Amino acid sequence: MLKVSGIETGYGASQVLFGMSLTVGAGEVVTLMGRNGMGKSTTVRSIMGIQPLTAGEIIMEGTPLQGLASYKVAKAGLGLVPEGRQVFPNLTVHENLIATAANRSRRPDPWTAERVYALFPALAQRRNGMGGILSGGEQQMLAIGRALTTNPKLIILDEATEGLAPLVMAEIWRVLRQLKEAGQSILIIDKNVETLTRIADRHYIMEKGRVVWSGTSRELRADTGLPHRTLGV
Amino acid sequence: MNLRAHATPRSLFTFAVLALCALMPFIAPAIGQDYYVDVFIRIMIWAIAAVSLNLILGYGGMVSFGHAMFLGLGAYTVGILSYYEIYSAFIQWPLALLIGAVVSLGVGAICLRTKGVYFIMITLAFAQMIYFLGVSADEYGSDDGLIIDERSQLGGVLDLDDGLTFYYVVFAFLLLSLFIVKRLVNARFGMVIKGIRSNEDRMQAIGFPTYRYKLACFVIAGVLGTLAGILFANFEKFISPDMMYWTRSGEMIFMVVLGGMGSLFGPVSGAVVYLFLSEFLSNITEQWHIIFGPFLILVVIFARGGIDGLLGGKRRHHG
Repeated sequence: MLKVSGIETGYGASQVLFGMSLTVGAGEVVTLMGRNGMGKSTTVRSIMGIQPLTAGEIIMEGTPLQGLASYKVAKAGLGLVPEGRQVFPNLTVHENLIATAANRSRRPDPWTAERVYALFPALAQRRNGMGGILSGGEQQMLAIGRALTTNPKLIILDEATEGLAPLVMAEIWRVLRQLKEAGQSILIIDKNVETLTRIADRHYIMEKGRVVWSGTSRELRADTGLPHRTLGV
Repeated sequence: MNLRAHATPRSLFTFAVLALCALMPFIAPAIGQDYYVDVFIRIMIWAIAAVSLNLILGYGGMVSFGHAMFLGLGAYTVGILSYYEIYSAFIQWPLALLIGAVVSLGVGAICLRTKGVYFIMITLAFAQMIYFLGVSADEYGSDDGLIIDERSQLGGVLDLDDGLTFYYVVFAFLLLSLFIVKRLVNARFGMVIKGIRSNEDRMQAIGFPTYRYKLACFVIAGVLGTLAGILFANFEKFISPDMMYWTRSGEMIFMVVLGGMGSLFGPVSGAVVYLFLSEFLSNITEQWHIIFGPFLILVVIFARGGIDGLLGGKRRHHG
């Protein structure tokens, strides 16, 4: 579904990505892990067309995405749950969900605001509240819900559970499992190795702007020293 | 429906202002202050202009310092056509609105490539260009302006020379402007515009060509501003470049801020209070700006939601 091949980019004179590559297949859940500053978010920004590439290519179902404006990348079927949630604070919860709704994957049963409320009952209770006054957990639920209502072919979660309380994190993991069972392709950027090995199919570990390890959950669990060496956990 | 349950200070104020507008042609003669009819016509025309500015400023976060140019375009189209004895509203008004749309499309297409202080400066620059175009138009009165002999003619449908008819035409256009803006901001278009205001990059990354949305919003606001100019020319029966001067754009911004940015009725409240207060204070002293200025500063500091906020309007976090 998504093929990222040898992408390179940076900020000014400082290069951040050095031939970064990854793939996500249809219905697959893939993670991208790494210490802070290794280029995970830059990879996401590059995929989404926010950060321009200097080399490499990004192909989504046969369509090249590099060089496209970010709104065209999103229209190609990529939905991003960004780091820091970035819900629209001056729109209500319901407006956040319906303002950008679309059926980009042409699903027969598209995600709607009502389906999101069923997935996150906490949001249903706050539907008329402004996005800016939600708790961090509720904002993350809303950010996921907002991405879902664009019905993306692939959903990307950047720092999916960063700064969330354990109970909220459990809620997010529950939803991701549910989405996986429904056949949703997902790329997760997070640091919770233990939980991710139970949810995801494959993993990539980044160091200094490139992939230094990739493999299945079983392979990651088998190499007990790997997380400590590469992720510091 | 339990009306009492819906009666908030905000809704009561809105109702009171609209009722006052609707009944002023009868109230003013009854209290022996006929000139209040003209005061209210002026308020309603400025309110239409402020409502149009609120669409881009309040909802879209685009601080245009050149909105008076649209007022001028509408007024000058009516004035220049009248100069050539073309009085038909069916020619004057559509042509003025078309010119307003084309100019706002061109100006917006350039200005919206900038943001923040650059957007403010470039809209100001365009407005000043149009202002100096008016100043240099010797044929149409230059600095001295141009007297309009007759109001627009509606082919016998309505007689705008009749004061009462003209008053209610302006009132109807005010209601129409509020209706259009209400429909727009409650539609998906408005939600996207509000979303762009708080986080444009995010809205783009979700799949919305934000530039096009902002441009569409700018053009709609420009056309509504032009409508105010059409009414202004018909009311004053006089046009001059002064109506396009940058201070006019500043006054419009203050009406919106005073009434409450991003609230539907805020700009109307702002226009009412702004014009009434300036009228009242100018009767007390010639140096009324000395009182008016600090008042506006206090409003900006202590009543950030403007009149709408003071009346308990929904708090909106602008991020």
